[in-house]
Amino acid sequence: MTDALQTLAPAGDLPLAIGGRSFRSRLMVGTGKYRDNAQMVRAIAATGAEIVTVAVRRVDLDRRKEESVLHHLDPDRHFLLANTAGCYSADEAVRYARLGREAGFNDFVKLEVIGDRDTLLPDTRGLLEATAELVHDGFTVLAYTNDDLITALRLEDAGCAAVMPLASPIGSGLGLLNPMSIRTIKQRLSVPVIVDAGVGTASDACVTMEQGVDGILMNTALAEASDPVLMAKAMRLAVEAGRAAFLAGRMPRREIAVPSSPVRGMLE
Amino acid sequence: MSELNLTVNGEPRRLSRPATLLDLLAELELDARTVVVELNREIIRRPDLGDARLADGDRVEIVHFVGGG
Repeated sequence: MTDALQTLAPAGDLPLAIGGRSFRSRLMVGTGKYRDNAQMVRAIAATGAEIVTVAVRRVDLDRRKEESVLHHLDPDRHFLLANTAGCYSADEAVRYARLGREAGFNDFVKLEVIGDRDTLLPDTRGLLEATAELVHDGFTVLAYTNDDLITALRLEDAGCAAVMPLASPIGSGLGLLNPMSIRTIKQRLSVPVIVDAGVGTASDACVTMEQGVDGILMNTALAEASDPVLMAKAMRLAVEAGRAAFLAGRMPRREIAVPSSPVRGMLE
Repeated sequence: MSELNLTVNGEPRRLSRPATLLDLLAELELDARTVVVELNREIIRRPDLGDARLADGDRVEIVHFVGGG
């Protein structure tokens, strides 16, 4: 298994570059919803991910011996990407982003401005507002957005270092609902496109990478798998397979059959 | 006079003598290196926590990183 994992990374592929930093793994993972920290640590190790997202929350003063997630993640080994999950306005997201940066690891932020509690779909107006302010303030902004090309283009214009369209709603596990939209966004943007949210299983990750996107960020697909560590291995292979298939260039789709064996030389 | 009524992470908290944010963290048994502190919506950087004197009515938020996606 280990050999297969090591040999599948496509030869000649460039590292993923975001905001002047370079990353070997195209798979990024969240740290939420695992059964316990030990399981989270083992699953994240199995993904091979470098970029790991974290959320900013109040310290629980009644249970202050409870350790922060930093007690379990080595900041030298992982690139900590603070998110603004749970924020419903640009102002709130900017406040959380600043708190995350003050923790002192980097100036990257995974910007979320949510517009609706049921679908957790982004408030694209708030997202653009917050992006402008954070970019002005020196942040490297990776913006979680929907699969709309125009919003993606505007986020790029506003200075995002990466645009992160969803495959399907956060935590839904519905997979890639609109491959054409994602492909179009990737084709039109110059900054990296990282699909964030909605991947449910390995085939979803593979199909997503086959669209040519630069990477995938996932959390629930791992944390809610019956065996998160095994799913982590599957996701690592799927992301690498999808990337390799994209780089290899797939055959054309034809709505007729074409024989694979010679038609000449058949017996009379 | 010197009694301080604060709101810390949304909860009322009373201190009986003058204190800085660093004193408050010590009383809460929190390591300043693992948290970020806001005083009345303004982030107070770690090196300044010991100079930030608390006043009656101050609102303090103490945050850290937790698991998230």
